[in-house]
Amino acid sequence: MRKTLLRDMFARPLTEPLTRPDPQVVELARALDAAAQRQLGRSLSIRALDAGSCNGCELEMHALSNAFYDLERFGLRFVASPRHADVLMVTGIVTRAMRVALERTDQAMPRPRWVVAVGACARDGGVFAASPQGMGGVGAVLPVDLYIAGCPPSPADLLAGLLALLQQKT
Amino acid sequence: MSAWEAAGARLAAGEASLVSLWAEPGAVHLALLEAGALHHLAHDCPTGRFPSLARVHPPALRLERAVQDLFGFVAEGLPDPRPWLVHGTTATPYRFLPVEGENLHEIAVGPVHAGIIEPGHFRFTCDGETVVRVEERLGYVHRGVEALMAGAALPLAAQRAGRMSGDSTVAYALAFALAAEQASGTAPPARAVWLRALMAEIERLANHLGDVGAICNDAAFALMHAHCAILRERVLRASAACFGHRLMIDGVVPGGVARDLSPAGVALLAGLAHEIRAAFAPLARLYDMTASLQDRTVGTGILHPDLARQFAAGGYVGRASGRDFDARRTPGYPPYEQLAFTVPVLREGDVNARIMIRIREIGETLGLIEQILARLPEGPIRAAWRQTRGEGMALVEGFRGDVFVWLRLEGETVARCHLRDPSWFQWPLLEAAIEGNIIADFPLCNKSFNCAYAGHDR
Repeated sequence: MRKTLLRDMFARPLTEPLTRPDPQVVELARALDAAAQRQLGRSLSIRALDAGSCNGCELEMHALSNAFYDLERFGLRFVASPRHADVLMVTGIVTRAMRVALERTDQAMPRPRWVVAVGACARDGGVFAASPQGMGGVGAVLPVDLYIAGCPPSPADLLAGLLALLQQKT
Repeated sequence: MSAWEAAGARLAAGEASLVSLWAEPGAVHLALLEAGALHHLAHDCPTGRFPSLARVHPPALRLERAVQDLFGFVAEGLPDPRPWLVHGTTATPYRFLPVEGENLHEIAVGPVHAGIIEPGHFRFTCDGETVVRVEERLGYVHRGVEALMAGAALPLAAQRAGRMSGDSTVAYALAFALAAEQASGTAPPARAVWLRALMAEIERLANHLGDVGAICNDAAFALMHAHCAILRERVLRASAACFGHRLMIDGVVPGGVARDLSPAGVALLAGLAHEIRAAFAPLARLYDMTASLQDRTVGTGILHPDLARQFAAGGYVGRASGRDFDARRTPGYPPYEQLAFTVPVLREGDVNARIMIRIREIGETLGLIEQILARLPEGPIRAAWRQTRGEGMALVEGFRGDVFVWLRLEGETVARCHLRDPSWFQWPLLEAAIEGNIIADFPLCNKSFNCAYAGHDR
């Protein structure tokens, strides 16, 4: 324990500070922080829903919580219940089997709420667009406030998307 | 007895392991591992009726239910004829298996779960805290991939294969490419073969790091999760720098690889391997030394070796329960015959064993990455495609277990393609492993299996 304390006293935090090293993330993070404060008093709760993705988008959404991106420092967090959420982040082509679950999750959210479609599949079905098992994207089922492109979008892309959403709503 | 039924008898007797069972109009297909080699058997059934192998070999059950769903075939004698992959095909609601007894209660979970997780439904029947039975209901992310593959151009089909399960994109793309190359008689250049193995090992490393942290997190040991997530992020960033994509999606293509590795990339990856080795050793020690964590993982969710053998469970699920199998070794594919690695095997079959297998595999994978980097051959990275007709199949060891792909090629068009996720033979075993455990340990057991939803649901 003493060793750990000693080491941590001299180690620098991994969380990317707002001035370096990835200028793109830094810029986004700074803007996001300001926008979230203005818009929601430093709080935005996100409910993630996989409606037929390959899980690539989920992996990158998970990465937002690691020490490098540390999503929660901007007042953004993933929540378990749709009743606690402001934003519904949907991934995948929206399979026929997930359509009802998606609609019910949306209905369970208090208004106002925003729908963000994450990734190529959520936009228009991506490489699975031709599938009769899919609805061809989130837009076919719910009104979408924002699309975040990428296959999958990187954590930096996801942050950028959330920022765009906040600015659009301001 | 037909060759089909004879194969079923050998499966039931334990002389062969089931690799997959699938269909196309007019025929059902079977792949099995026998005497260390992959075998393929087709059985004509013009009327759509074929003898069920699940009657004698239960691991075939869900595969046969899927064949009934997707092709309208009838598996004669199938012990459980309910639909599996495709929802909403029957007029009546899906019936879960009845559980009878005093003081039992049911808990329904999913398809939407409390985190950033893929969708699936679990129906628990409990006696107090103790799970009497869990029944899985999957198919929520059924994307109809095999139907889409029929008639698809080869490049698009390869992209779809690489999006079967995002965490195993390299494994799937590799299995698809190997099967397509076998069908067409195209030989990928040596440098591509080695770069593919490099990408596959990087994928294994990233996933195992993520899993070790995530399993500990489900036992409320968030410290390990935080540290492992940092290491995983370093791996993904290195992948982006070297291969142009954090998960290396579309990195493996039929005929070779999409992108060459620069000398700077070689140095970067060598540095990464060194760094991960140094940083992970104290984390593995921390796991070993934390009694409160081990209290949750040791003896929890035990999978009996007999079941692992019967179901031919791949990956850490099988290897933690005594099944000494790794597709890189048997049937094997290049360049692994030129590389030194050991396949860790344990017999305890509990959550702890599944963690320990991953911890040891992280060490083995780092060793493989170092060997590949040191001996990477020079030369082209993509071969010209030979236009022919043919069939091919491949078994590739992903991080989760063996991924199987069979396909039939007509020029540069995929006539038929079947992709089987390792989870097909792991999901049923999770139902067995949880029995008698407390329900609060289900997330822990489930994460230690970490079965795929999208990959399974196709």
